Amino acid sequence: MPHTLSLADIPIGASVRIAEILTPGNNRRRLLDLGLVPGARVEIIRRSPSGNPTAYLIKGAVIALRNENAAQIMVDTN
Amino acid sequence: MAINTTLLSESTENSPDKQNNFVIALAGNPNVGKSTVFNRLTGLKQHTGNWPGKTVIKAEGTFSHRNRHYTLVDLPGTYSLHTSSSDEEVARDFICFSRPDITLVVCDATCLERNLNLVLQILEITDRVLVCVNLLDEAERKGIHVDIAMLARQLGIPAVGTAARSGRGLESLKNVLDDMLAGKIAIRPRQLVYDPELERSINKIEKRLAPYLPAWINSRWVALRVLERDFSILEHISNHKNNDFPRQVLKEEVALCLP
Repeated sequence: MPHTLSLADIPIGASVRIAEILTPGNNRRRLLDLGLVPGARVEIIRRSPSGNPTAYLIKGAVIALRNENAAQIMVDTN
Repeated sequence: MAINTTLLSESTENSPDKQNNFVIALAGNPNVGKSTVFNRLTGLKQHTGNWPGKTVIKAEGTFSHRNRHYTLVDLPGTYSLHTSSSDEEVARDFICFSRPDITLVVCDATCLERNLNLVLQILEITDRVLVCVNLLDEAERKGIHVDIAMLARQLGIPAVGTAARSGRGLESLKNVLDDMLAGKIAIRPRQLVYDPELERSINKIEKRLAPYLPAWINSRWVALRVLERDFSILEHISNHKNNDFPRQVLKEEVALCLP
């Protein structure tokens, strides 16, 4: 079943699980190194006033991602 | 940076009592108390703070323990050794090319999992690694218990728990450094094994590269970088060897091995 929700669609305060990362190449590697691996739990902490970037809590560290990156990270809401 | 690391390795290699002088690289994620460990070990009051690039310029300090003299080199805090930032490149180049006697990786006990990524990446370059699980005090306040002995067994390398702010665990950290250098600790680092298809490619590239690589470099690790199409590693080896390393030929040759 394809995942339809990305990290960019999730409201502040919600907690989701990473299903799949669509980003290719070096940027994919970068995201994996930051702890964004399939199965990892991510909590949405806050959005900057302009709506971009957004701060996420991932494996004990707060990481800021731009929306264009977050949009390529597919998630499960359960 | 390149000049700096060369100077350091030369000065230690040329020093009259090399057998008693050891270089320890201090690596770790950002915000794990790495600078506190550094200051505790060396007594040097390095400025602490946290902003990008603060420790891009490496800090160095010295200390002695049980008649051994140590130069401790504080590397920039990074989540990874992939060369997508200058911080990561400085850390990788030092661990790879300056060949410290031991790389001490400081980890945050409150979020150990995210720190182990860097530990495993460093273990792909060198097996002379000591893990320091720091911030044990903070972890205890959060109700987190870290089984240090189990961690050491799982990784196949020594691990020590510390709370550097209060100095806890630093004596045993220094003792373990000494025991490692004395060859008293068996090191069988956990090797990451990738899926069979990837392993076949790694082996193919490694075989092609190995005859041209200096003996001290981990050819499997170089093959992995090439497989990620990070050819800059060949440039670095070529610059470091400072001879007729056939980087262009190799680059073209190994490119043919890429899937």
